[in-house]
Amino acid sequence: MRVQTQDDGTVQVRTGKVELGQGLLTAFTQIAADALGLPVDKVRVLPADTAFGPDEGVTSGSLSVQEAGMALRRACAEAREQGIAAAPPVVGSPLPRIDLPAKFAGRPSFIQDLEPVGLLHGRVLHPPTGTARLLEADTRAVQRAPGVLAVKRDGRLFGVVADSHTHAERAAELLRGALRWDCEAGRIGPAAADDASGAPQLIDERGLRPTVVHRTLKARYTKPWIAHASIGPACALARWGAGRLHVWTHSQGIFNLRRDLALAFGLASEAVRVQHVEGAGCYGHNGADDVAFDAAWLAREIPGRPLRVLWSRADELGQAPFGPAMAVELEADLDAQGQVLHWRHRLRSPGHSSRPGRSATPALLGSWQTAQPCEPPAAIDMPLASGGGAERNAVPGYALAAWQVSRHHVVAPALRSSALRSLGAYANVFAIESFVDEIARATGVDPLDWRRRHLRHDARARSVLELAAQRAGWATRARAEGIGHGIGCARYKGSGAWCAAVAEVETGATLRVRRLWLAADVGLAVNPDGVVAQIEGGAIQATSWALKEAVQVDDAGRVSSDSWARYPILRFSEVPAVDVALLLSPAPSLGAGEAALGPTVAAVANALADALGVRVRDLPLTPERIVAAMDEPATAATGID
Amino acid sequence: VIAAVEPIALGVNGSRHALQADPKTPLLDVLREMLRLKGTRLGCGEGECGACHVLVDGRSQASCTLTLEAVAGRQVTTVEGLDAGLREAFVAEQAAQCGYCSSGLLIAAAALLRERPAPTEAEVRAALDPHLCRCGAHPRVVRAVLRAARGGAR
Repeated sequence: MRVQTQDDGTVQVRTGKVELGQGLLTAFTQIAADALGLPVDKVRVLPADTAFGPDEGVTSGSLSVQEAGMALRRACAEAREQGIAAAPPVVGSPLPRIDLPAKFAGRPSFIQDLEPVGLLHGRVLHPPTGTARLLEADTRAVQRAPGVLAVKRDGRLFGVVADSHTHAERAAELLRGALRWDCEAGRIGPAAADDASGAPQLIDERGLRPTVVHRTLKARYTKPWIAHASIGPACALARWGAGRLHVWTHSQGIFNLRRDLALAFGLASEAVRVQHVEGAGCYGHNGADDVAFDAAWLAREIPGRPLRVLWSRADELGQAPFGPAMAVELEADLDAQGQVLHWRHRLRSPGHSSRPGRSATPALLGSWQTAQPCEPPAAIDMPLASGGGAERNAVPGYALAAWQVSRHHVVAPALRSSALRSLGAYANVFAIESFVDEIARATGVDPLDWRRRHLRHDARARSVLELAAQRAGWATRARAEGIGHGIGCARYKGSGAWCAAVAEVETGATLRVRRLWLAADVGLAVNPDGVVAQIEGGAIQATSWALKEAVQVDDAGRVSSDSWARYPILRFSEVPAVDVALLLSPAPSLGAGEAALGPTVAAVANALADALGVRVRDLPLTPERIVAAMDEPATAATGID
Repeated sequence: VIAAVEPIALGVNGSRHALQADPKTPLLDVLREMLRLKGTRLGCGEGECGACHVLVDGRSQASCTLTLEAVAGRQVTTVEGLDAGLREAFVAEQAAQCGYCSSGLLIAAAALLRERPAPTEAEVRAALDPHLCRCGAHPRVVRAVLRAARGGAR
């Protein structure tokens, strides 16, 4: 039963979606309370658990409120029959987050805080690269270390079980020192998005290529590999007993994980129970599923006891999947008046999803490293109709006479690719919105006007654009040395929320984003403050990606950006002031979590171009890149055919 | 064989403890594992992210790189031991998304407000700068600390 009334008059509601730090449980409580006609304190939305269902797939793609929220409303409305419609509605009101008071009081709130009776502490060491060969493993000192109960080896996978967290940390350190690897063996090659070996695929085409072209503008934009970089290291608990496996996880998809765990350990799905427990903020397919395998693999050594595996910071930044590098080439054929006759978008990217639950073999890191290794599933992309992956937001939202969108699939990327917040939209919107600015500049049109003119068919897009521009004072913006303003705008996935961003930057020794103004239309905002928080957080995360972030790989193919020192993210002193305005409407709710990323990075890049008159087309926008761009000819983008 | 060690005295949130433990045990482990105070979070174990900050004699410090012996005889305050005023300001501003970094931020804010009861926004940002937040709740956190200052929180 999804909805159950308790003896004390409260109602417990089950959902298959999970809290990732985005405020889902609060929004779902509001939806359920309204549909049940109850005050929010009488409704409790329970954490997801495969033992109870429902199976609602993965919590991803900004679809939770949009789809599962509506299913929840229907289920609650059906259960309401004998209920009393006494409580005032709460959907649409900024209900404070249900979970925050306990978190601010320091109460156990996260999976890392779980401590069942008899808990054992494990660490698992993965090879430094996918193909690294083990040269030496003398684990005798680890066996003798204080509190160590077991040392396990299975192929290239090593684990240690200890009686406490402290002992597990020390034993893991010893174990790390006891293993020597040859990373050169079987290396794939340098990390680059360019080694496309797949044939180009046509994504979308409209209109005809013109015969009389006045000139053609061309530009190529890139984004690097980006890490999830969650603040809390991945963690899972597992316990075996009577041929059954029980796992506690902060995975985004508990049913998908259950299916792959069953596959990896040769169990029926029914023999595996997967329970969700909150982790630190999650922005896509991070190490949560991998560490669940690690815990199950290691807990098998000591049946009947719960065992916790915690990843290290280096694992979190070095072993989890990354959002892949992408390159986007854009061309626009213009007529003599500067009108776009034909637009071409060619992107190169690996697949953006290698999530569990979708392939013939488990999508779990450790399962590829045992003595009988499973084949790592290739990263794939969902069809564009389901949101796509690399091609997300590649089809322009502007009214253009004709276009062609195509894609090269990088089939053997150098790093492990999977879903990171907004998938391909980040690179595609960055490229499209930068290129639009380049066209506007080349044809002497204000970038806001260019967008307005090409959005006559989309009133909601125009509205967010105009609202952001108005709040930023676009029309009367002051011109000052080293200060620039830029705009970015997109409808997420072409079918989700509309979002526009204006950035104000200051150029100096480094690029500083001073202020951001965002406007969004997500239809009915179940919790307007929750939506504002998601837009604001997305904009700040995108600013961090845009200014600072790129995964680094050393000569041996190891991820070297595996500490905060080597993978810096935006700090308090660098965070811009963010103004968020929502266009309130009763239209169906649309997800808010990913809409801001593309528009924000584009606005920042366009503001940089506005400030300095140079265009940086490769992310991140580091001082080195800015200096390099200043040395390039100013007309790099324009070539007359 | 582990040699018997002298108990180490430590004050935590106003209580006195005599801890029988390896003097090299990280303070973070003492708090989370021995004293079961789970509010102090492990983020990196390298003193780089700020998630595990506690007050040591009133100063905000990373507890993952401090050993028990280094804080012997000192007074430690964890997030569980902070006054309600600061916490209420964080709730009022809804100053978190996932909340994993919040404990460290609350500690940094408490240390700042003890030193400077009426900080400027720039001073708040500077005090919070050692702390990483991945969700992008920064503006709300800064507002929460300024609100707490106006309300007289320590």
